[in-house]
Amino acid sequence: MFTLPEAPLKRLPCERRSCYSKNMKASIIVFPGTNREKDMAMALERVSGRKPQLVWHKETDLGAPDLIVLPGGFSYGDYLRCGAMAAHSPIMREVIDRAAKGTRVLGVCNGFQMLIETRLLPGALLRNKTLKFICRQTNLRCENGETEFTRKLGKGSVIRVPVAHGEGNYFANGEILRELESEQRIAFRYCDERGETGSSANPNGSTANIAGIFNKRKTILGMMPHPENAVLTHHDNDSGLKLFEGIVEALA
Amino acid sequence: MTAAPAKNHEAPAIREPDVTPELAAEYGLSREEYEHIVRILSREPSHTELGIFSVMWSEHCSYKSSRIHLKKLPTQAPWVIQGPGENAGVIDIGDNQAAIFKMESHNHPSFIEPYQGAATGVGGIMRDVFTMGARPIANLNALRFGEPSHPKTRHLVSGVVAGIAGYGNCMGVPTVGGETQFHPSYNGNILVNAMTIGLADQDAIYYSRGAKPDMPVVYVGSKTGRDGIHGATMASAEFGDGNEENRPTVQVGDPFTEKLLLEACLELMETDAIVCIQDMGAAGLTSSTVEIADKGEIGVTLELDKVPQRERMMTPYELMLSESQERMLMVLEPGKEHIAEAIFKKWDLDFAVIGYTTVERRLKLTMYGKEWCDIPVPPLVNDAPVYDRPTCAYQKAEAIDDAAYAALPPSNSPLFKEEGRKRSDASAIDSLAVLIACPDMADKRWIWEQYDSLVMGESVFTPGITGTQNGKAADAALIRVSSDKALATASDCNPRYCKADPFEGGKQAVAESYRNISAVGATPLAVTNNLNFGNPEKPHIMAQFVGCIEGMAASCQALDYPVISGNVSLYNETAGTAILPTPVIGGVGLIPDWSKAMDIAFKNADDAILLIGGTGTHLGQSLFLKEVYGKEIGLPPRVDLDRERKHGEFIRALIDGMLVNACHDISDGGLLCTIAEMAIAGNMGADLRVEPGNNPVAFWFGEDQARYVVTAPMSDVIVAQAKEANIPCTVLGHTKAGSLRLADGGAIDIEKLRTLHTSWLPDFMR
Amino acid sequence: MMHAVVTIMLKKGVLDPQGKAIGHALEGLGFEGVGEVRQGKVITLEIPDGTGESTVRDMCEKLLANPVIEDYEIEMRT
Repeated sequence: MFTLPEAPLKRLPCERRSCYSKNMKASIIVFPGTNREKDMAMALERVSGRKPQLVWHKETDLGAPDLIVLPGGFSYGDYLRCGAMAAHSPIMREVIDRAAKGTRVLGVCNGFQMLIETRLLPGALLRNKTLKFICRQTNLRCENGETEFTRKLGKGSVIRVPVAHGEGNYFANGEILRELESEQRIAFRYCDERGETGSSANPNGSTANIAGIFNKRKTILGMMPHPENAVLTHHDNDSGLKLFEGIVEALA
Repeated sequence: MTAAPAKNHEAPAIREPDVTPELAAEYGLSREEYEHIVRILSREPSHTELGIFSVMWSEHCSYKSSRIHLKKLPTQAPWVIQGPGENAGVIDIGDNQAAIFKMESHNHPSFIEPYQGAATGVGGIMRDVFTMGARPIANLNALRFGEPSHPKTRHLVSGVVAGIAGYGNCMGVPTVGGETQFHPSYNGNILVNAMTIGLADQDAIYYSRGAKPDMPVVYVGSKTGRDGIHGATMASAEFGDGNEENRPTVQVGDPFTEKLLLEACLELMETDAIVCIQDMGAAGLTSSTVEIADKGEIGVTLELDKVPQRERMMTPYELMLSESQERMLMVLEPGKEHIAEAIFKKWDLDFAVIGYTTVERRLKLTMYGKEWCDIPVPPLVNDAPVYDRPTCAYQKAEAIDDAAYAALPPSNSPLFKEEGRKRSDASAIDSLAVLIACPDMADKRWIWEQYDSLVMGESVFTPGITGTQNGKAADAALIRVSSDKALATASDCNPRYCKADPFEGGKQAVAESYRNISAVGATPLAVTNNLNFGNPEKPHIMAQFVGCIEGMAASCQALDYPVISGNVSLYNETAGTAILPTPVIGGVGLIPDWSKAMDIAFKNADDAILLIGGTGTHLGQSLFLKEVYGKEIGLPPRVDLDRERKHGEFIRALIDGMLVNACHDISDGGLLCTIAEMAIAGNMGADLRVEPGNNPVAFWFGEDQARYVVTAPMSDVIVAQAKEANIPCTVLGHTKAGSLRLADGGAIDIEKLRTLHTSWLPDFMR
Repeated sequence: MMHAVVTIMLKKGVLDPQGKAIGHALEGLGFEGVGEVRQGKVITLEIPDGTGESTVRDMCEKLLANPVIEDYEIEMRT
């Protein structure tokens, strides 16, 4: 009913096209209670141009993926301990087997909890120090830019990625911490916008602000924050893109 | 892995209590209602039958006090696919997509056991939505608690929020919006209203209607225990002192099982096995069975031995009245049971054929080799009492002289005297400092940070007003439903307005919802409502109810904003004290291009700040009078529905034309609070002036309706367009880094404003 | 100092979602014949010598247990 002149404000940039329509094959394992598999699938498809395969936990055939993803959610309702029941489910034996043979594994949030419960990664994830679920944007400083996962980020770069968890308080004793540090196995630390890792930037009480870690060979990455929720234009934040682009480039 | 179901085929020694009019009264049935039951059956009812009548005829299930008035609400529009009467309402949002939504209360259970009460409330409303074939894509919660100083309030806030988070987060459905208010009238009756929006294909919507005779009746989900027996009648009784002893009826929610139930139901809905489906909510197996029988104009016979049971020796009465959660009832195409069974087994859920549909329209129940119930369905449903409860001439609040209040500088407030401030220092800025930090306006981050607002990856606007890079603060939450389209949603009600003048208050709740949806650039399409009131047997409460409904009806009509679903919660009273009348509106709108949607944050320095819709004059029932003077007085602002519609359309056109870069509607707290929220969200201050000829107090804090604040790099074209459309529009000033400054004196740093705004709730909960 | 051990379990008849899920998981791992599984929590308290069980009972009623849905047992250890 109102006639308006040509718009003086610019449109937001259109969704960038998939950068690497290469052939990385990813399998996302879906457990009962998993709920971020679709988010992860959208992010991987956006970056790789290829739909990842969703594998129900009761299936025994994982296919031949280049990357196995353990997504976020509340597998088995987070009952008993987060990730514990999924970690002991039959398909996880297959995942452990593939991981031993070098298949890359990414565990996010509940997936990270599973990697800890399977002992593929060291330490423990305790309840947040606030004792509450926290959903908020956090800043992460990349601590090792020399891995397939982080090659496009570079050491010291800061990305903004949301967390959404109740039990993401990473705990490692002195021995494990020294090992992680000396082997450059810390992937990300919570920090402020300038990259400072003070306690006020630590959302959950994690030891040494640790948000994500690698295994010794840097073929497995477990992290609490959700890079898959920082990829698409409407997320208003594409910090997660570089992480996925790095993996896709490396594995394509 | 729980107790094996009772397999005794010999009837255990169940001795049902003798049925008397006195027992019927205990179950909430009046003597007249009881006598009518005897007439329907031509005999005394059995105990099981009495239980079934009592829940079906309870306020909660029968809407006996509200039904005749609910008919006044407009429910039709070309885009409405399903109005009230099903599990949830359905609207057409284009491209064969449908939005399915409803709001429902879980007030009493949440007061008794806040965590489980709120959790099962959220679980129940999600079930209503996915029963219809929709995947839930967004949750909202409208919460009302007692005054902060009440000893129970903190405990209740903490438990309710954790319960909502515990259930919604586990389900993987983002909680994207809502509201939280505090008022002494809720001290003994908190309100927990939960809303879910789901998304379905228009050609794959499931209803509770459509069953034919000789089809299998199937039970899926969790086993039945003795949870929540008589929950529906409890929700229809007024609390008395000491009624906290009602506790054993609390149900425990199991979000994990519900997540499995959601996935299993949606998987089964991909096949053509389901004829109709109904979730088991209040009054569980009773209301779901009766609903399916009544809508299909058939009968149902259930063999209750076959119902999956968690406990031993359950009676038919208990099975029919249990409110165990996470259960569904469906009627399947004969011969397709195995398809359904395989899917439910895959998801580790119970599945049982528990009966069949019949030509004869009777509800028959057998168990332990005996018949326990034989009720004709039509009178069970149609003869449910309908009351035209008496109302009285409503005593509206007295009007106040706005000019007189406006003439009093805020420094007269007792608040400033107590704090020992110098009178000369007091200004509009001081009032702003009080308002921005008051419980109803203070930032609710402590609450929404406990909700996963991002899961599913489609959230565009989620809660966030602190300017901490956390979400995008906007008047409505925004969820993408395709690569371009997004749904906008918000919940609204000003209960103080409703108490002072129910008709205007009801009008305003709908109008504010319309405004919130419009302010992000979306077209308002339809609403759901949750009508929370006191005891309808009291004429002045009934007058509030009728007034609010008539007000809402007027707004819905004028704004083409029909009601497509809803819920009524009456008897919200403790020891004779009623809550404020609280008709909550959950609005939904559509924006065809989400990238055009507008948030509230100031963007750049030197943008013009424009006030659209007129200057503030009305102080009655304002947050300003409540918080600064401690007075809930006066009449609420009147809503001019023509202007509301016209201004909303204008705002949407501005946003669609990409002429503005921030937009916020003016509501509680008036103009200055609106601007302060925009400043905090954008980390950007402003220089502002009062339009000459206006009194500053009413100008800054009046709550006149149909108004918005927008910012734009170029204001001329907007001013010209407004003039052409005959809509008041003035430039108030410009954005500027650092602080909010008023030309008539006074300034406040944005950082200080943010601290005030964000400290109250965390400090209170500490 | 002496100790009190408080064991808290959901009341009989109240749904125990955690126990139910654990039971299903055990079944998935091939453990057969497991009946009902219920999960609770144990709280140990260090308390002054001579503290009566009634004091601990009071703690349970007021804070440790949720009497709406939970039962508790107290074991006093000197």
